[in-house]
Parts: sequence; C-alpha cells; structure tokens
Amino acid sequence: MTALTDPPKESFRIGMLLSDTRYRSLTFQAIALILLICAIAYLANNLVSNLQAQGLNISFEFLGAPSGYDINQTLIPYTSQSTNLQAAWVGIINTLLVAVLACATATVFGVIAGVLRLSNNWLVRKLMSFYVEIFRNIPVLIWIIIIFTIITASMPGPRDYLGEDPATALKLGYFAFTNRGIYVPAPIWGPGSGIVVGVFFASIAGVFAYRRYAKKLLFDTGKLLPMGWPSLVILIVPSVIAYFAMGGPITLDAPDPLANRFNLQGGLQIPAPLIALWFALSIYTGAFIAENVRAGIQAVSKGQTEAAAALGMRPGRIMNLVVLPQALRVIIPPLISQYLNITKNSSLAIAVGYADITATLGGITLNTSGRAIECILLLMLFYLIISLSISAVMNVYNNAIKLKER
Amino acid sequence: MSDTHAHSVAFVRTETIPQMAPPSSASGPIAWMRENLFATWANALLTVSALYVIYLLITATLPWILNGIWNTDSLAECREALEGQVGACFSVLTERWNQLLFGFQYPSDQYWRPGLAFVLLFFAAAPVLFFDLPRKLLIMTAIYPFIAYWLIWGGTIWIPIFAALGFVAGYFVFDRFGKSNFAAGFFGGVAAAFAVWILSGYVTPALTPETPFLEAVQSRDMGGFMLNMILGVVCVSLSVPLGIALALGRQSSMPLIKWICVVFIEFVRGVPLITLLFVANVVLAYFLPPGTTFDLILRVIIMITMFASAYIAEVIRGGLAALPKGQYEAADSLGLDYPQAMRLIILPQALKISIPGIVNVAVGLFKDTTLVSVISMFDLVGMIRGPILASTDWNGVYWELFSFAAILFFVVCYGISQYSQWLERRLATDHR
Repeated sequence: MTALTDPPKESFRIGMLLSDTRYRSLTFQAIALILLICAIAYLANNLVSNLQAQGLNISFEFLGAPSGYDINQTLIPYTSQSTNLQAAWVGIINTLLVAVLACATATVFGVIAGVLRLSNNWLVRKLMSFYVEIFRNIPVLIWIIIIFTIITASMPGPRDYLGEDPATALKLGYFAFTNRGIYVPAPIWGPGSGIVVGVFFASIAGVFAYRRYAKKLLFDTGKLLPMGWPSLVILIVPSVIAYFAMGGPITLDAPDPLANRFNLQGGLQIPAPLIALWFALSIYTGAFIAENVRAGIQAVSKGQTEAAAALGMRPGRIMNLVVLPQALRVIIPPLISQYLNITKNSSLAIAVGYADITATLGGITLNTSGRAIECILLLMLFYLIISLSISAVMNVYNNAIKLKER
Repeated sequence: MSDTHAHSVAFVRTETIPQMAPPSSASGPIAWMRENLFATWANALLTVSALYVIYLLITATLPWILNGIWNTDSLAECREALEGQVGACFSVLTERWNQLLFGFQYPSDQYWRPGLAFVLLFFAAAPVLFFDLPRKLLIMTAIYPFIAYWLIWGGTIWIPIFAALGFVAGYFVFDRFGKSNFAAGFFGGVAAAFAVWILSGYVTPALTPETPFLEAVQSRDMGGFMLNMILGVVCVSLSVPLGIALALGRQSSMPLIKWICVVFIEFVRGVPLITLLFVANVVLAYFLPPGTTFDLILRVIIMITMFASAYIAEVIRGGLAALPKGQYEAADSLGLDYPQAMRLIILPQALKISIPGIVNVAVGLFKDTTLVSVISMFDLVGMIRGPILASTDWNGVYWELFSFAAILFFVVCYGISQYSQWLERRLATDHR
C-alpha cells in the first residue's frame, strides 16, 4: 500500500525566481520597475541638462505675465494686457463652447441621417449612405478648411450690407451672412426680464410635474391624460403672459447697416472660424453618429416590435416604450465617445484661427513665452481632465443600464 | 358522384390556361417605385425633396466640372480662357500634380522610385489582407520595408541590407532557442539583431560608394500625398505589434505591468493627436541627450505610432475579452506556458476577431496624418495651403485643389473600409 503524503516543503532557492511561477511574476515586475525608473531617470537627466544648457528652468510664472496679444472672440473680459492665464481661460471657454455646440448639432444630424438610412424610401436611403460615406472617409481637417473657405471666399463682405441702398439686403431683416461671420440679432435684457426668464424656467419644471402626475394617474387608475398640448400650453402661456405683463422687457438688437461706414454694428457676430469649426465638426461627426444610431436600432430584434404589436400597442408607443429604450442602451456609449472625439478634434481650431485652448495656450502663449514644456503639459492636462471625466460619466451610465444578469 | 357533378356543370375547362404576367401594379418598375419611393404621402414628399437636393447638387457641380480648363499656366490665364463662364481651373492639377503627390523638394527625375514603392505596396499588403493567397507570398511582405526604404530614401543599399540581416539573425536565434524557452529565444534574438546592427555601423561607411546607385533624398524633402502614405503605412504597421503588447500587458495579472499599460493607454487616448505632434515638434528634443538631432519625420512617426498603438490596444483588448474563458482554461489544461498559450491558442483567435476594428483605426489614423500640416510639414494639405495657394500663379484656386485632396483620401479610405466590411462578412460566416 502506498500512503499519500504531502511532498516535502521546498526551501526557497535563487533559481526559483525564474522557474517557479509563484515568484516569477515578482521577478518580472521587479525588472520592469527597475527599467521604468532607469528610463525616467535618463529622460529627467536629459531634460535637466538640456534646460541648464539653455539657461531655462521649469516655472509657471509666465502664466501671471501679461499675454500681449489680442483674441478675436472672447466670452469673458480680456485685453492684450490680461495675463496668459486669462488667455488660457478664454481658450478653455471657447473650446467648451464649440464642443457643446457641435455635440448638439452633430446629434441632430446623426439621428436624422441614421433614421433616414433605415427609411423605406430607396432614394432617401441611398442619399443618406452617400452623405455618411463621403463625410466619414475624408479627413475632418479638409472639411474644416473647405467650409472656412466657403465662408471667407464666397460670401459678401460686410461692406455690401452697408448704406442706404446696399448691394445685399439683410436676410429677413435681421441676419447678415458675411465673409467675416454671421451677424444675428442680440437680445437686450431690459429691467424685469429676470422675472420673464424665471417664469420660463418655472414652466419647464411645471411641464415635468404635469407629466409625472399624468404617469402616476395612469398607473394608479388607468386614466390616460393627454400629454402633447397641455405640455405646450404650460410651457408657453405663462412666459408670454409674464412678457407682456412686464411690458416687453426683452428686445432684439439687430445688426445696423447705417450706424457705421466701415462695418456692421450691433447684433451678435458669430465669427467665421467658429462657424467653420462648428459646422464641419458636427457634419463630420454626424456621419459617425448616424452609423451608431442605425446599428442601435437594428440591434433591437424584430421580435420585440412584433411582440409589442401583438399586445395591441400603437406604433408610436412601440417606438417610445419598446424599441427606443433598448436601442439607446446600444447607442449611447459610442455616442458619448463621439462627443469625446468632437472635444479632441476641436483642437483643429488652430487651422482656421479660432482661439481655442490649443491656439491660445499651445500656440501664441507658447511662442511668445518660449515655455514649451509647461504649456504642452497644461494643455494635455486640460484634455485629460475632460476626457477622463467624460469616461467616468460613461462608466456610471454603463453600470446603471447594464442588463442585470445572474 | 363525380360523373353527375361533371354533367351538371355547363362547361369545364380541360386544359390549363397559360400563365399571365402579373399586373404592372404588382411588379416591374412601377410597382418598385410605388413600394420604394411613393408608398405613403410622407414618403412621396421625401422622394421629391431628395430629388430636389440631387438636382441642386448636380446643377451646382456639373457645369463647373464640364467647363473645366486643363491646360493653362496660371489662374489669370484660366479665368481668361473661361470668358466669365462658370468652370473649374483643373490646370492647377495638371501643372502642380507632382508637388501634390511628392512634395516640392523631391528630385523630379526620381519620381519613379516612390511610384514603384507604391505599386509594390499592393504586392506586399495582399498576402496579409487576403488569407486565400499562398502563405509563401508573406516573404514579399517581409522584405518590402527594406526595399521601400531604399527606393524612397535612396543612398547606399547596405543600410537596408544590414537592417534586414539583423532581423534575420534575430529570427534564427529565436527559432533555435525559442522552442524550449521563449524568454531565452526572445532576448537572444534581440541581442543577435543588435549585434549585427552595431557591427554594420562600422562596416557600412567603408562599403558606401561615392555615388550610390540611387541618389540619396533627405527626409525633409518628402512631402505631398507621399508623406501621408509613408506616415500612414509605417505607423499602422509599427503600432500593431506595439498594440498587441499593450493589450496583453493590460490583461496581465502582474499589477505593475498592468498599471504601466493602463496609464499609457488612457493618457494617449485622452489627449488630441495635435498635442502629441506639438510634443514631437517642440518638446521631444528636451528629453534627448544634448546635441542629438533627429528627423522631424522620425519624431512624428514615433508620436503617431504611440497614438495609434493605444487605440489598437483597446481594439485587441476587446478581441481578447470576447474569447470564451474556456479557451484560456483549455490552454492551461494542456500545460502550455503563457507565451505558448498566447501564441498558439489565444492571439490567433483574438486577432481574427479584432481585424475589422484594427482596420477602422487604420482608416482613422490615415485621415489623421493630415494633421502634420499644422506643425508645418508639407503633406498634401500642407502643400495646398502652403506653397501652392501662396504662389502668385494659383492664389485663389480652392475648390479644385481641395476636391483633389478629398478624392484621394476618399478613394483610399473608402477602399479600406469596403475591405473591412468584406472581411467582416467573411469572418462572420466562419463562425457559423
């Protein structure tokens, strides 16, 4: 008879660092750590000696110094006497502005094109795949430049709108499309306009409250209240009443062709670089979003639609209650990464002279101060913070909608 | 029973009548149009508006293209030849095609070299892209980089030959020792390759003739669409192995290795390519030993490769995650160690799943090579915005040039994405 015994305990030998899987991973990690430290030390050493040779040091004091350059589009107070830090803030706000605008319009373009690609209409289907293929397969930089060229090379100059008898009339009496950008009427917030705005926000809250109440009533009693027109009434009527009760405090300031002999005055100017970047990014990314939307809708199996129809639901409710919730689960994660792409691609602003963070901090400030390392470091940090926070949001969302399985 | 029934009916047809064609409302073009274009009122409205859009597109572009002028020397002459009519000045393309394709400094009597390298690219890529071709053709792929380098950059032939010899030596050492011990084979191979390269450093100057067979061309003379192709092809092919390594590292059970890979991938994916190009342009020099200078092209290739490898790593990680856990366990139960399991079981399957994703990254990367124009390199877009539009002859010709650039990129990218879709269909049938 043989008796089972534990194998004798081996004592640790040096050779086991390589031959024993228990210790081998430790060996590899130690080697990797040493290599990593050596590489960092080597690079840092080079950096220090290069900086010493040029008499430079790493410091962020240049951020406090006057920037000395002008920016054509600023949403916060800024002059050429402001600090470099202020210039960077202007850039950050401009980046976020174009990113948010482009995300919104790209979603609209993408959803329309994606739904129309699944249309029963052969011609529309083909036209939409033409749009998607054309825009997906040509670099966004070329699109940005092309659209910028369309605006600057083929639109009339502001001078054509000037004078008593202009070469070009204002469109609809309010809008001027010029090669410097689009002039739109600007709202003037008179006294009491705060109350109108407050009433408007309150009525948005009212719409939500009404919908909640209708849903609760439906679940409790089975009674179905109309949704569409009451929401619209709650949204519009109180604001209109408030507007007239306050005596019309919000007025429009249209661009005025007569005020000045050299340029249009008044109104709000949307500069050409912003329009080019905004439109190019949204139409380019819209093509990608269209593909995501199409894939998401196609991912919902036909049986779901048929089952809902068998339960006697109407087509609109099938879409709202059965297909869309399942399709959104597939659509939203790639949609968010497209938003991330828009934010990163907005750095191409530098090609058309839009003052985003890459153009201010990574462009002019870098060149005038000569602080390449610090500027690029801050620039990367900004984009990293944006993309890491967007992916954090995405992870939260993914966990929330994850199919609960065993 | 049947008899009485037959007699009680006045007439019974005894032969079958010939089949008639279905009515025109049920088949044929009219039915097709009814079903696909005018099914409902809304649908008909869509059709009409789509037709209107197509009409607008055609009336805007067709006269412009058909009236195009192909043989003048400057924009002014072209405008004169058009006599005020709408028309394109395609003569900028016939006059400057060489600059658009090869940049403005590549010696013009040597254009056949990049041209030949471009043609050979198809032969080198075919065995990788189409699995049905005989595997022996892969040898073309293996020697292509050295031939292409020699053709495009020229100079002494010994540099690519010794570079190839280094790889051959490394392969032989790996083949000899790698079977029994992967690590020994791998590091031995790397050492052998470096030994050959260091030796060649002493030998090459002695072997270099005064006037090499192919005239040497500097990196800074590369430009035009050729530069886009060079960057695209080199960076994609370098980033695939790097991406595999990063993906495996990210899946690793060793926390330190895993975190190095995670930090690298998330960092690179979190910043725009343009900032990495700025790094290549102005910052990278600070991290190199004092006094070293190397090509802007090389620095850009390093940064774009890093960029692409992070994205490819994520694609391959998806492929690795999609494999059933049973595959990993089966490899373990056969007693394979980690390199063997990866090489023989896991990676062949994971890579197969990830090929469409890798191709998508490649298309995106190829489009992104236009960004180098921002750091004042003269690629296709840089050539158009720089030397050509700035020249007095062609100042103001936008549409012809940008349409040309758009068409070049469209042809390449659309071709690649069609290949990717074909491959996806093919791989999908394999799994059923």
